[in-house]
Order: sequence, then C-alpha cells, then structure tokens
Amino acid sequence: MFRFIIRRLLFGILVLWLVSSTVFGLLHLSPTPVEKMIAGPRASAATVALIRHNLGLDRPFLIQYWSFLKNTFTGDLGYSYVTQSKVASLIADRLPATLWLVFGAAVLWFVGGITTGVLSATKARGLLDRVSTVFVLIGLSIPPFLMALLLLFLFFTKFGDWGIHLFQPGQYVSPLADPTMFLQRMILPWLALAFLIVATYTRLTRGSMMDVLSEDYIRTARAKGLSERRVVYRHGLRAALTPVITQFGVDLGALIGSTIVTEKVFGLQGIGQLVYSSIVQGDTPVILGVTLLTALFVVVANLIVDIGYSFLDPRVRLD
Amino acid sequence: MSLLEVTDLKVSFNTSDGVVQAVRGVTFSIDRGQTLGIVGESGSGKSVSTQTLMGLTPGAKVGGQALFEGQDLLTMTPDQLRRIRGSQISMIFQDPLSSLHPLYKVGWQIVEMIKAHEPGVSKAAARKRAIELLGMVGIPQPDRRVDDFPHQFSGGMRQRAMIAMALALNPKLIIADEPTTALDATVQAQILDLMLRLQREFDTALIMITHDLGVIADLADDVLVMYAGKPVEHTDRRTLYYRPHHPYTAGLLRSIPSGSGGRNDRLVPIPGQPPSLISPPSGCSFHPRCAYTMDRCVVEEPPLRPVADRHRSACWLPDEAVGLSAEVENLRGMAVDQGRKEASA
Ligand SMILES: Nc1ncnc2c1ncn2[C@@H]1O[C@H](COP(=O)(O)OP(=O)(O)OP(=O)(O)O)[C@@H](O)[C@H]1O
Ligand code: SF4
Ligand SMILES: [Mg+2]
Repeated sequence: MFRFIIRRLLFGILVLWLVSSTVFGLLHLSPTPVEKMIAGPRASAATVALIRHNLGLDRPFLIQYWSFLKNTFTGDLGYSYVTQSKVASLIADRLPATLWLVFGAAVLWFVGGITTGVLSATKARGLLDRVSTVFVLIGLSIPPFLMALLLLFLFFTKFGDWGIHLFQPGQYVSPLADPTMFLQRMILPWLALAFLIVATYTRLTRGSMMDVLSEDYIRTARAKGLSERRVVYRHGLRAALTPVITQFGVDLGALIGSTIVTEKVFGLQGIGQLVYSSIVQGDTPVILGVTLLTALFVVVANLIVDIGYSFLDPRVRLD
Repeated sequence: MSLLEVTDLKVSFNTSDGVVQAVRGVTFSIDRGQTLGIVGESGSGKSVSTQTLMGLTPGAKVGGQALFEGQDLLTMTPDQLRRIRGSQISMIFQDPLSSLHPLYKVGWQIVEMIKAHEPGVSKAAARKRAIELLGMVGIPQPDRRVDDFPHQFSGGMRQRAMIAMALALNPKLIIADEPTTALDATVQAQILDLMLRLQREFDTALIMITHDLGVIADLADDVLVMYAGKPVEHTDRRTLYYRPHHPYTAGLLRSIPSGSGGRNDRLVPIPGQPPSLISPPSGCSFHPRCAYTMDRCVVEEPPLRPVADRHRSACWLPDEAVGLSAEVENLRGMAVDQGRKEASA
C-alpha cells in the first residue's frame, strides 16, 4: 500500500511535469507573441522590445524553461502579464467559487444519478425507467449553455414573475459570510452543472446494476431468504457502485478546469472564467498555473480513486 | 403426506423469439431423508423447474402445484416464500466461484442468512455458529477462515462454504443444482461424500440435479430423467441403472465417462441436439434423435406410464424392453419393425 502510494506520487509528478512542459512549449509556439498582444497593435517596436525584456522573454528558450520549472516546483507560479498580481493568489481567489460549484453539483448528480439508476434498473421498462431514459437523452444532447439559459429563464425570470426568488444572480458569496445568499447564488449553477452530468450517472448506475442483478450471487442472496430490499441494496448496489465511484473520482478531478460555460452564464468568478479571460488576453503564466492546478486535481483524484478502490473491492491489491 | 409434492409443474418464458416452454409438466415427490436425482442434458429444464419452486425465476409463467408440507409454494405471497427460502428449503448452485458475494466475507454471508431468519440471535452467537458450520464442512482453521473473502478460498472450499450456508438453519430440503460440475474430479468426490454424510446426519431431503448419471450413482434413492422440459423416466436408482426403459435414459447411461460408475468403457454421446423449446417436436420430443422411432412416435405423445412396479417411462416401446443387453436391443428392434408394419397396413 505504502509503496503503491509512493510510486503513484512519483508518477503524478511525472504527469505534472509532462503537462506543464507541453503547455509551456505550446504557448511559446503561439503565432502572436505575448509582448505584441500586451503592447497592442499600435505600439512601437521599442515598446514591444521593452516589454519582451521585462517579461524575460528575450532569454534563451532553455533558460526560460528552466526558471519556469524551478519556480513552479517551489510553488511560485509567477505574475500575471495583464494584472501584474501573483498567479497563485489569483487562483486562490477564484478557487472557492469553483470548488463549491463542483462539489455541490457533484452531490446532486451523484445522489440523483444513483437513485434514478437503481430505480430504473429494478423496474426496468417501467414508467420511471422510460421517463428517466428521456431525461438522460435530454441531458446528453442539450448543449451546456442552452441548459443553463433554460434554467435561468425558468427559475429566475418565470419564478421571479410569480414572486418566488430561489435564485439571486451575482458574485460568489462565501457560505461562512452569508449562508442563505450562498445557497441562493449557487442553486442554479449547481442544477445546471448537475443536470448535464446526472444523465451519465443514471446510465452508468442502471447498466452496472442490471449486470450485477443477473449475477449468481444475487440469486444466492434471494435463495437465502433475504428481503428484496436487502438483496437490491446491500448485495446489488454495493457491487454495482464500484464503477460508478471510479467514474465519480475521475470526473470530479477533471471538472475543476471545465466549468467555463456554467460560470459564464451565471456570472460566477471562478477558475473557469479565469481560464477564459487569460486565454483571450494571452496571459501565459495564468494559463500555465490553471493547467497545472487542473492536472494536479486529476492526478490526486485518480490516486484517491485507486486507493478507494482497494477499500471498495477486497480483490484489488495495491502493489 | 410427502415433504414436497410437485404436480404437473409448467414453466414458460415470453421472449422476443417466442414462448420458451422450459418445463412442460413435471410431477414428483420427495420425503424426509430421501434423495431424488434429477438428470438430463443441458437445457432440459432441471434448473428452471427447481428454481421456480423457490420463486427464483422472475418473469416466468408458472402452472401446476408444489405442496411443501401441504402448502403450495407456487401461490404463496413473496413474503411467505421468503421465509421458507434458506430456512426450510435451501439451494446450492453450480458455480461456487460466482455464487458467493465477492465483496463480503464468507462468515458474514452465513451470519447474514442466520440473522435474516432468526433476528433474535446475537451477532456473536451467529458468528460462532458460522464457525462451527465451516468446521463441519471441512474448512481447516474455521475460526480464521471465517473472516476470509471468497476469493481467498479455492473452488472446492467455496462450495463447502455454500454447503455450510445451506445447512445453517437445518432445512428440511436441500436442492443442489449441479454442485460439483465446476470442480475437478477429486474435489467432486469429496463434496459428494460430504453432502451425503451431512444429509444422513441431519435427515434432510435432497434433490440432486446433474447432467451426469455417474454423479448420483451412489447417492440417489429415486431418479427423475428429464428431456426437453418433460420427465421421461422415473424410478429407483437400481432399476434406472440396470433396467432403463426409455431410449434416452439408455443413451445417458452409455455416455457416462468410464470410471465414474458406468459400465461401458466407451463413451457414446447421444447423437443430435436437444430440441427447440419454442416449438418442440411433435409426438415424442425425443423422436428426432431416437434409434427406435416408429410412425406412432412422430404423431402421438407417449404418456409417462408405469412399465413395471415403481417404474414409469414415457415411451411407446413395450414394457418388457428394459435393460441395456443385446437381447433387449433385439426386442426393441422387433418392436420397431412391428410398429412400422402396423402403420403401413
Ligand atoms: N429467463 C429465461 N428466459 C427464457 N428462457 C429461459 C430462461 N431461463 C431458462 N430458459 C430456458 O429454459 C431452458 C431450460 O433451462 P434450464 O436452465 O432449466 O436447463 P438445465 O436443465 O438446468 O440445463 P443445464 O444443465 O445447462 O443447467 C433452456 O433452454 C433455457 O434457455
Ligand atoms: S416413444 Fe418412440 S421416439 Fe420416443 S423414445 Fe420411445 S421409441 Fe423413441
Ligand atoms: Mg441448470
């Protein structure tokens, strides 16, 4: 177990190095040099050269790369080209909104997906199964921004017309500062994000559950005289959950950097918006920082999934 | 009154290809302490008929009657049936590798069953019983192995654990569905021995399902031979082995691998394939594969009738045509000629 974790951590560092180097390389190949973007189209050549020198971009490529690596692995992500503030603190400012967004949505889609998945597996071809199949199809085929706009229209505009104010648009508010406002701000983003993903989990759970329920050990459980509830949940769901939880860990890790649309529609200043603006402005250090952060989340989530796996399934040995 | 009396059991499944008539009228009974062997090729309906008794065939259309101590298993409420499963009737399945839940400890799975039927029993007491049971079925160091997961057990040990579980509540009837098919020959013999010993010890009734007549050569009292969802011969073990009437039974006897109770050294499989259960053959279901098919066999279905005392067979051959000797073969041949002549006249 210990050796497994060490090995995986080393592997994780390797992944982070590869990811950051690739992004670093790609950004240096970009057709419009950063200094030109910052200086603007009408700047003189001297200004551009000065900016170039100030950013250290006139140094040899390998030297730049080396100082980038050194700084990164000591936790120094550099300064934003655009705002001149520390990348690390930019990220730290934006992280809570995104973490809460992903976490809240994750609870919704995980619980929702498993519940509907189990119900439609045990009552396969029943009404609920059919209804949930329709929702799954909607969830899978509707574009994220459309989904978000629909929710916004329904919950904000329509409910607002009826005098119900579930959703309050505006900036992210810390749950410690104002719990009610926090919930009012987050409820729609949560729903919008969860609705996109819940379909996948419903299908995953339903499929996994159907497979498990036809296993011999489920027949054994019934033959033992256990209640149907116990057969379905204690024996069926327990075994069916493993692939779902694996997927959950992977999705959670990967989602941190891909909430752009949801954040944009609901005006949350999170990591997603940070990514968006820094790409538009060519803010290389910020792009690199966010990429590294995302990769870090993916690596850690995968590690947790693998360790969790060995607790979920005694047949899995970590070595 | 017998412990279990099954009368004209019929089971069918609606599938997209048509109605599968998996069991088409099975009748048998079994008493306490008795062993009934059910034999037949793959697909003859052995598993479906017994699992239906326990309500383990979801989606099946079921007909007939199955009186267990006078109560019809087929019309019970799910909850009544649930209380009988495991405590009065328990089952052992073919594949011990997949029959135990892979994510729970073996002992836990036995304890769970005890507690399902005797909620008053303390966890510690149930666990103690699980350890005793594992010891009884020959698991070494049961107090340690009780906390093993199924994958830490060998195939034979898992089947022993299944037997321990089946015995946990001292049921009146155990249905063993090919309990040794997935095991290798030595382990097979050990498991059969164990079952036989425990059955005698507890005076349990045992239904032993197999497609290998060799398996029940030593342990069945009566044997029911099934073909295409129907019983074709039903008699005591000795008669079945030495004086079989139905050509299908004779075929099964010839296909017993040598060394496992058969008398022939050569292994002669029955030619042809089991029939479709969606549209079974007309007349005698066995006629497309039978060496003695007469015209009558194709059009008229032979009833399961007595051919001797306590010996019933569903075949149009004369009652005297029993046994495997050359003489009897002649007799059968003559009967066939006779039958063909009559038909053409
Ligand atoms: N749920 C089901 N739906 C449709 N057909 C089924 C179903 N269950 C069983 N059958 C069919 O019923 C027939 C009898 O099956 P059964 O499992 O009872 O055979 P068996 O005698 O136990 O054979 P084996 O030796 O292979 O275990 C088979 O043809 C099988 O395909
Ligand atoms: S009834 Fe006819 S076809 Fe059927 S087993 Fe007897 S002889 Fe063969
Ligand atoms: Mg079977």
